[in-house]
Amino acid sequence: MSAAAEKETSDGTLEVADPGALGRHLLGIDGMDRSTLEDVLELTDAFAEIGRRPIPRVPALRGRTLATVFFENSTRTRMSFETAARRLSADTISFASGSSSLSKGESLRDTVEVVSSYGVDAMVVRHPMAGTAHRVAEWTDAAVVNAGDGCHEHPTQALLDCYTLRDHRGSLDGMRIAIVGDVRNSRVARSNVLAFNALGAEVVLVAPATLLPPGVGGWPVVVAHELDPLLADLDAIYLLRIQRERITEGLIPSIREFATDFGLTATRTAQLREDALILHPGPTNPGVEISGEAAADPRSVILDQVANGVSVRMAVLFLLLGSGRSASGDVGPVVDQVDREVKR
Amino acid sequence: MSLVIRGGRVIDQKGERKIDVEIGDDGRIAAVGTGLSAEADLDASGCIVSPGFVDLHAHLRQPGQEEAETIETGARGGSLGGYTALVAMPNTEPATDSVAVVEQVRSLGRESMCEIVPSAAMTVERAGEDMAPMGELVDAGVGIFTDDGTGLQDPRLMRRIMEYSTGLTGRLGRPVILAQHCEVSALSAGGFMHEGEWSSRLGIPGQPAEAEELMVMRDIALVRLTGAHMHFQHLSTASSVAMVRGAKAAGLPVTAEATTHHFTLTDAACASYDPVFKVHPPLRTDEDVAAIKEGLADGTIDAVATDHAPHAPHVKERPFDEAPPGMLGLETAFSLTLTESGLDLPEVLAVLSWRPAAIAGLTDRHGIFVEPGAPANLCVIDPDETWTVSGAAMASRSLNTPYEGRSLRGRVRHTIRAGEPVVVDGEACR
Repeated sequence: MSAAAEKETSDGTLEVADPGALGRHLLGIDGMDRSTLEDVLELTDAFAEIGRRPIPRVPALRGRTLATVFFENSTRTRMSFETAARRLSADTISFASGSSSLSKGESLRDTVEVVSSYGVDAMVVRHPMAGTAHRVAEWTDAAVVNAGDGCHEHPTQALLDCYTLRDHRGSLDGMRIAIVGDVRNSRVARSNVLAFNALGAEVVLVAPATLLPPGVGGWPVVVAHELDPLLADLDAIYLLRIQRERITEGLIPSIREFATDFGLTATRTAQLREDALILHPGPTNPGVEISGEAAADPRSVILDQVANGVSVRMAVLFLLLGSGRSASGDVGPVVDQVDREVKR
Repeated sequence: MSLVIRGGRVIDQKGERKIDVEIGDDGRIAAVGTGLSAEADLDASGCIVSPGFVDLHAHLRQPGQEEAETIETGARGGSLGGYTALVAMPNTEPATDSVAVVEQVRSLGRESMCEIVPSAAMTVERAGEDMAPMGELVDAGVGIFTDDGTGLQDPRLMRRIMEYSTGLTGRLGRPVILAQHCEVSALSAGGFMHEGEWSSRLGIPGQPAEAEELMVMRDIALVRLTGAHMHFQHLSTASSVAMVRGAKAAGLPVTAEATTHHFTLTDAACASYDPVFKVHPPLRTDEDVAAIKEGLADGTIDAVATDHAPHAPHVKERPFDEAPPGMLGLETAFSLTLTESGLDLPEVLAVLSWRPAAIAGLTDRHGIFVEPGAPANLCVIDPDETWTVSGAAMASRSLNTPYEGRSLRGRVRHTIRAGEPVVVDGEACR
């Protein structure tokens, strides 16, 4: 029985979290407090249940349109958001541009205003530069979900990671979680440091000094440069993807040296506790930051992360677009509909 | 038409006195004192009459980027800010690296409301590879050379340019000024704001203070080697200020400027992700701001410059990495220097007027003593008036002021350029 189901009321409906919990946009974990995060995670239980139905679709967002606006290729993230939208009966359109606005000669604002003109209710934005989703939110009436902005934040990734940890452990309180690898260039790491902390976990960043952000001393984390002494003491280990460009940038000498020092090899996997969890945001570099053995280990929850991603994104879209957040200001019918369809 | 500036207090290098200033038909100051009469009066009661301001660092964008600014609109903004002379940066398109472009800039400037002083590139096309025809440019009257926008990376070429410049003193009649934008690009490349706690938190790749400091250090060493006069543009870090202080104490021929934004804003402003706060060198930390103010107070930094850098609105509506760096400065410089530099009023006028005039070699006509016979390049400022900054209300063709909506104290009331009132009661006359 899920946590949400336990809250089933006498007339058989579910009490869902305050739909206003997120505000108008989801731009980052920065600024979200513990109770907001917990509300989203709790609501996710209800949507995970929908995903397990024979026909995993509810009409909660029927008539709404979600645009994925991706300035950087990410098939997985886009598919996850589109799956979430379709399970809620929303329509989806997509804009994809690998090239920068600079090379197109069009400003970012132009692009946003054009996409807005299709009458979209939500924009899911992925961009290689930090802060772009924040700027987009200033230029559109649609709800904006940050699906990754440069090396800044990737809030739905952090939410799905927290949901996955919570699903296996009940709570993140007191957990000791190591985030290992290219923290410097990772939006996933930034969002997760904030989210894990807010939910009561202790975060250890493990990386060579060149792959840590300047000024990391001010972050609420423990910093370590060696992985081995930590292994036996971790509740979860979170491996970050390393890009080959880091070698030409002079940040590490070779992928091999990185893998030797920081990769989750079979030997290191054997040193993890029985109840430790192995996470990775995907796609993995097998044999680099994570070995095939570690990825296939029973303690690995990497595929759970993918499945939970859809449920978390359903919850986020519902919070941003459901509960009568229609442009017409027509509140009642939407709420009733959600009552009927989601809380049944 | 002769005119009298009446009721103000004059402050120049000689000090402060309550006198009226009569300007003759020839564009020069005819008389100072009381009981003067002329065909027209300019009211200066409650105001300060100062030699006009001189900006050592203005991007007027012409030729090449007229969408962002023209010499006419830039000079109008300058006049509204109390400036009577602007040193035009050579990062035009084409670069100001030849007598032909210098003459074009100068000729466009002749019609404008400020005196336009063209500077020229140190290297051909500002490419940092081959020395520009410096002798020819000196003969055409150019006294300031800079590749501003980038630092000159190659230390060997920098040394040669420094040496070469020392041989041109006779032809110019004063030492040639080499002005450096200190930035070691190998360290700054890929960085779009100051590297520190804010850049890490915001996820915007940063550039370290050391990218600037290494070049300041190198050029001080090369000044020691060559004896050339180096002017350090837009100093932004505490360590840069300390090094220039040391160089001056050692008697080296160096001067320095700081921009208003580097002593009024910090890297925290980038939290909005609005590229209006993107500038090179980047906005730094509170400690750096304090060091810039100390440098102004003890004379390490000779002048306040604007680094006025207009950009068309659509290019500032790009993501933070793609948007070009730079911000408007001409119309806000006086108010910000008055209220935030920590300097008293005579020092404010010194760093805006006569000290930069001396560096630019303009002391025969700008930053003057207010006395009979001097060319009438003056501004009349009201140190008590408050106003609200609005990019749309500025003369610039662009809107990129980082002070939008901010209430500032101290405003330019009148500006007189070569005897002509070009700004009267805060309005441009043409």
